[in-house]
Amino acid sequence: MINWWNSLYSRSDNAKAYVLLSPALILVILGMAVPLLAVFSVSFTTQASFEIDYTPTFDRYIEFMDTSSRTGNVLTTLLGRSISISFLVAFFTLITTYPVAYYVAFYVKKNKMLWLVLMTLPFWTSYLLRVFAWKLILGHKGVINASLMTVGFIDEPLGFLMYSQTAVVITLAHAWAAFALLPLYVSLEKIDYSLIEASHDLGCTKFETFWRVVWPLSLPGVIGAVLIIFIPTVGDYVTPALVGGTEGRMLSNMIQTYFGRANNFPLGAASAVIMLISVALVTIAVNVVTKRLTQRL
Amino acid sequence: MSENFIDIRNISRHFGTVKAVDDVSFSIKQGEFFSLLGPSGCGKTTLLRLLAGFESANQGEIFIDGVDVTTMPPNLRPTNMVFQNYAIFPHINVKKNIEFGMRKEKLSKQELENRVQEVLSLVKLEGYEERFSNQLSGGQRQRIALARALIKRPKVLLLDEPLGALDKKLRDEMQIELRNLQKAVGITFVFVTHDQSESISMSDRVAVMNEGQIQQISDPHDLYYNPQNIFVSDFIGTTNFLSSSTGSSNGENIMVKIDQIGEFSIKNKLNIPENDNETVVSIRPEAIVLSPSPIDKGDIVMEGTIENSSYYGELTSFYVRVQGAENPLIASSQRFDNNSFEGNKCYLSINFEDINLLKKE
Repeated sequence: MINWWNSLYSRSDNAKAYVLLSPALILVILGMAVPLLAVFSVSFTTQASFEIDYTPTFDRYIEFMDTSSRTGNVLTTLLGRSISISFLVAFFTLITTYPVAYYVAFYVKKNKMLWLVLMTLPFWTSYLLRVFAWKLILGHKGVINASLMTVGFIDEPLGFLMYSQTAVVITLAHAWAAFALLPLYVSLEKIDYSLIEASHDLGCTKFETFWRVVWPLSLPGVIGAVLIIFIPTVGDYVTPALVGGTEGRMLSNMIQTYFGRANNFPLGAASAVIMLISVALVTIAVNVVTKRLTQRL
Repeated sequence: MSENFIDIRNISRHFGTVKAVDDVSFSIKQGEFFSLLGPSGCGKTTLLRLLAGFESANQGEIFIDGVDVTTMPPNLRPTNMVFQNYAIFPHINVKKNIEFGMRKEKLSKQELENRVQEVLSLVKLEGYEERFSNQLSGGQRQRIALARALIKRPKVLLLDEPLGALDKKLRDEMQIELRNLQKAVGITFVFVTHDQSESISMSDRVAVMNEGQIQQISDPHDLYYNPQNIFVSDFIGTTNFLSSSTGSSNGENIMVKIDQIGEFSIKNKLNIPENDNETVVSIRPEAIVLSPSPIDKGDIVMEGTIENSSYYGELTSFYVRVQGAENPLIASSQRFDNNSFEGNKCYLSINFEDINLLKKE
């Protein structure tokens, strides 16, 4: 038995690979594949008061898509909002972190690592704590409103700051900034500085050089950063639940409700599957476009 | 043809305490193939980057065609550069690379196309328009970099060790091609290299640099046969240095006592003072004539033993020790192999005109 195993192990690279992968493989199967399969199966069932009717049906998906009904209308609107909020978050993170990454990549000469570590330092604290911190800043009696009122710029608190989409976008954009910073930095750092000098030498101003050389060469990092932020924020439910109010609710909050108070596992599961597919489709689309744009890099 | 087409006046560039370029002044003629030669870290690349505008001078001025460009940014200067690594933009094809700097010229589509074809044929890469940088060999990339700079019709083309990354065969080919190209377009070339044979074979004039300063500017022939100091003599080719001291002078000639060899009257080209113990003489290996049998020609004839030899194909270097000498002399010869010297005994002869008297540093 042992001999047989030894000879197999020494001969087959596949056997070696599976042995080395087995801890991770078991974890992925138990922690991801099984629950995903369960969600997928439940999405084809029906909730009958307290019991689940296991007759296979597409009704939950039809319920989700049917925009003429109230439920369908709410769910599709929330899906659209989840995706648009995530893209807004990705966009704002990008325009705030790109200049920082640019600065570190091209202007910092010494201790670049230290700079990067210091910039990710705030992200070592708990995500939840950071969301609460934003509540203190954006809230009705928060730092911004209180100071503006003291100075006398406004008479009553700015309502759009808290419990709104604005609040969700600001909070998420800050929460994910570190994840955008690193891919952007890596793609900018990789750019050969002589390309930038060549562009100046050929008559381009600094601004033209940015648009014609730096930006296109950093596109892989930009797309990477956008996807890294987009994918997890679509499904985020902590931030919208804490700072979103009704206006900032996202589809994930609805899914949470279906699996909780609303007690409609099948519809919740179907919503989760639809969200999964939507994110996958968006990601694939972005990837295809990226390949076209960056195949020469 | 303007004598002071590029005029460099008292230029200095310091990095902290390092004087990369230290109070350098010289001028380059219009249409000249001018080389900056020196060991790595001598400041030649910094000087080129000062001309291109990538470095700003701590002091001094640079004039190109009568215009003060000292503080002008690179995009406004009448210079273009061929970078050491060629710096071909990887995200656009060859044609767009070549057209990159032409947007400001506001040419019609047809004119632009003509200019592109013109430079492509100049560098012999017609038909490569759609290729990308990663589909080109090193030599082709270099030609594209040349084409991209030449299409701008710059007043000065700056080349930063463009042949360094090529293999020897291709390098030799490109040397000739670059030289021919320069003659064809008539643009002033400023060429940076650490390869002395490259600079000698290509340039009209060479500036030898060391430690941020110009050691000598002359044509290649003068550089080789009339070096101004020990550094130049040592850096260009190989040579034999022998300690010496001077005696009395009669104007043109001076009495020189060369250690272990004797006392002779030779030409004093560099006006070395009389009775100076701190001098050396430099004798090129090919100026020493070797023979297996006694020689009667030559100003100095000596006897020696061959200690070692290195065979290079086109010539052989012999390490010959003259009796009582501290170090062996290097003599190179095209004809002889070791076997023609019976018992390694040989005779050497040197002419006075091949002896260069230099000041010790």
